[in-house]
Amino acid sequence: MTIAASPSALRTGVIASLGLAILCVLSLFVGVSPLSPGRVLSDTEALQLLLVSRLPRTLAALLAGAGLAIAGLIMQTLSRNRFVEPATAGTAQSAELGILVVTLLLPGAALWAKTLVAGIAALAGTSVFLFTAHRLPPTQPFLVPLFGIVYGGVVGAAATFIAWQADLLQFLSIWTNGDFSGVLRGRYELLWITALMVAVAWFVADRLTIMALGREASIGLGIDYARMMRIGLVLVSLITALSVVVVGMIPFVGLAVPNIVSRLKGDNVRGTLGWVAVGGAGLVLSCDIVGRLIRYPYEIPVGTVMGVVGAALFLWLLFRRGSHG
Amino acid sequence: MVDRRLLALGAAALAVAVAFLSIGLKGNIAFVLELRLLKLAALVQVGVAVAVSTVIFQTVTGNRILTPSIMGLDALYLFGQMAMIFLLGGVGYATLDPQVKFGAEILLLMALASALLLPMLKRRLDMGLMLLAGVVLGVLFRSLQSLLARLISPNDFAVAQVMSYANFNAVRTDLLAFAAILTLAGVVAAWRARHVLDVISLGPDTATGLGVNWMATVAGLLLLVSGLIAVSTALVGPMALFGLLVATLAERIVGTRRHGMLLPAAALTGIVTLVGGQTLFQHALGNATALGIVIEFVGGLVFLLLLILGSRA
Repeated sequence: MTIAASPSALRTGVIASLGLAILCVLSLFVGVSPLSPGRVLSDTEALQLLLVSRLPRTLAALLAGAGLAIAGLIMQTLSRNRFVEPATAGTAQSAELGILVVTLLLPGAALWAKTLVAGIAALAGTSVFLFTAHRLPPTQPFLVPLFGIVYGGVVGAAATFIAWQADLLQFLSIWTNGDFSGVLRGRYELLWITALMVAVAWFVADRLTIMALGREASIGLGIDYARMMRIGLVLVSLITALSVVVVGMIPFVGLAVPNIVSRLKGDNVRGTLGWVAVGGAGLVLSCDIVGRLIRYPYEIPVGTVMGVVGAALFLWLLFRRGSHG
Repeated sequence: MVDRRLLALGAAALAVAVAFLSIGLKGNIAFVLELRLLKLAALVQVGVAVAVSTVIFQTVTGNRILTPSIMGLDALYLFGQMAMIFLLGGVGYATLDPQVKFGAEILLLMALASALLLPMLKRRLDMGLMLLAGVVLGVLFRSLQSLLARLISPNDFAVAQVMSYANFNAVRTDLLAFAAILTLAGVVAAWRARHVLDVISLGPDTATGLGVNWMATVAGLLLLVSGLIAVSTALVGPMALFGLLVATLAERIVGTRRHGMLLPAAALTGIVTLVGGQTLFQHALGNATALGIVIEFVGGLVFLLLLILGSRA
């Protein structure tokens, strides 16, 4: 593809990076305690605030956003359906169920161990979804997201039931509703694994593009279909589990961003991966900033803001397409 | 004349109602019976309202997977309620006459629903698009509701929070009489429209060819659906998959989409499921609050099973 080389693409690339950089700077200096760039240089306390709270928070938003958007992209490629993302395929709900169970059985387990269990649960849940969704008739693509949403609802209901019995409903809501206000240095570093996952996705991007052609076509083109499927599933499950455990689920990132990018840039995963990552990071970060400002000095969780913004964005996308077609 | 399967469903509904009233009856029998009768009346209303509105909605949209709740109607209702609390404040809202409040909420829902759904139906959107848009709209209203919930004061929030979960124990008996009139009116209207519904189910073109003013009829039916949904959501709270479960089961039981059969069958199935489930949970499992969660769970499982089985056949 020559998209990346054309001057207009380069320009949009520069604009996008600049936008993201501006968002990052904003995120560093917007918050309850006043912080200005000048003070950071002179005041050690201000510097401390920046390093312990603002910087980790900004990084966490970037990592979670990019990761979830990529997870959505991979899900859509694997299931060959545009409307699937971790929150609509039972992945997030399975991760929640997993972490809930491990919290009940082994309350003292380390965070990484809980994340691992959540990841395994997400993997199992998503595998069941993909395996079953495969049996739905390909002529009715809207059945797949519907199936996924109901499936996620069933898994979520099981989690709610267990949490309700064990008086853990409040914990559950921490994992189901993404929120960056608790992110401090030392509490978000697991999210860096997401960056690793994105790197792996970049490495297998071309194979993912071919996977989107379907099982027969990809085997015919020399892809080890089953192995790629496993890699994709592990990527999606781990990214989702990390996000659920560290900051809670953020809906719509994985749905809206890859769809917008695919309309603008096509479906070559190698060409769109970077855009999806930047778009997801920017979307989550700006929603977090909005959540910090909308009822200053109180904060609104990013999951709630994203529910409104993401849903509105997605509807706009849907109907723009409707009016063209 | 009356179908055997309908009779069986009717008998089952009667049986669960009797069981609900009579099991574990002790102490001041008159008092307990009065309490249970009120609750039974509410459950029956909710079962019937959800079932009938789901069947009508499926016919109007020409899709058996859609339900008003999946399209976000109950989320819309809760959003309207939250918007009223937001504008009036918790105290102002709580001191309003419940029936005035309820009436205002129903009107608000009807207005919002027509404003959102009619254009979608008018443009005869592709089913996939419509479904997805509905699901996303539902998420949008739930998120808007929780956003408003974050913006109001904690006291107002306490007023609001009570309403946003399905709860079969704290049934709103103060609204019962008013709701009963609405449900009855809705059911009568639906029953009278059963033949029109049969024609509507043939699709807009055929229906228009057969002399139905499609747009006007569909608009009227949508208002009816929103009214019924408002009743059930106001009485017990939102239930996403209950309507789907009941409508699908009813269609399996009577094996036809003829509304003369399907409407009563769905209503009876709704009663059996809700009253039966509540009886079971209250007496056998000793844990009545969880019925809402379990209906979501079982409803979801049944639905997935039907989807898989249906597509394989």
